[in-house]
Amino acid sequence: MDSLTAAASVVAAALAVGLAAIGPGLGQGNASGQALEGIARQPEAEGKIRGTLLLSLAFMEALTIYGLVVALVLLFANPFS
Amino acid sequence: MTFFDGLNVTSAFPLAELEVGEHFYWEIGNYTVHGQVFITSWVVIALLLITSYLGTRNLERVPSGLQNFLEYALDFVRDIAKSQIGEKEYRPWVPFIGTLFLFIFVANWSGALFPWKIIELPESELAAPTNDINTTVALALLTVLAYFYAGISKRGIGYFKKYIEPTPILLPINILEEFTKPLSLSFRLFGNILADELVVAVLVLLVPLFIPLPVMALGLFTSAIQALIFATLAGAYIGESLEHGEEE
Repeated sequence: MDSLTAAASVVAAALAVGLAAIGPGLGQGNASGQALEGIARQPEAEGKIRGTLLLSLAFMEALTIYGLVVALVLLFANPFS
Repeated sequence: MTFFDGLNVTSAFPLAELEVGEHFYWEIGNYTVHGQVFITSWVVIALLLITSYLGTRNLERVPSGLQNFLEYALDFVRDIAKSQIGEKEYRPWVPFIGTLFLFIFVANWSGALFPWKIIELPESELAAPTNDINTTVALALLTVLAYFYAGISKRGIGYFKKYIEPTPILLPINILEEFTKPLSLSFRLFGNILADELVVAVLVLLVPLFIPLPVMALGLFTSAIQALIFATLAGAYIGESLEHGEEE
């Protein structure tokens, strides 16, 4: 791999993870806040809310993971090298 | 590959090896397969088989010990299937969804809990079988087959009418969805498990003792959740194709 491709790949990998973390971060914060509000309003529904929250948090996390997969491909299985 | 050889650090601690993208190749016929994934999957399968055999060998009316645990596991996967597919039709799909859940769950946890690193391979390393993209793609494609089978067996060729519902304008999007479903299923599982192992490996590289423990615990938690999500989504997709048949 020549050094230009390597440098570009590293920068691109960093950007892929960093940018992919923004959206899910906002979403997860939003979802957790709403869930807290729900629990505060209705403490008896805590178990149900927590289960649903964890599941949806994992879905949002998956979006960052896609960015991570792209970064890993760039680092370890670079198609341009 | 040579550029990032620096990342495959073989430090004083053999625990902290990072070997992404290196495989222990086996040649079977014309195919080249990743041997380390096969070995670990066989261990996982053997573990599941032995546990279920021992637990169900002599069934008792009042369960105790292992049988109790297995009944709990069965209840759990049955609830996943029931909540996604619905009371009426979930029963035939319990084996499929249960197998998916148990295999992925034990595979994910085996990566963290099983002392694979004791066994030395000439290349690559033993880890959770789900941290190889091929495993997760295979599982996702099985899910796709399953929900196509569910839809077609329920509704015949009319199943494909769902592509032009609610309007034919959405046809390209509906077809695209067929590709994004297995893609997201497989990438989600693969990425999460690999990310877990990478984070743990990097931390072990920096501070070998105690500090990585909370992250390992978090990894156990997320891998359990990922197994649950995979099974839930498979159930949801199957339930969706079955439901389409019921509308008419």
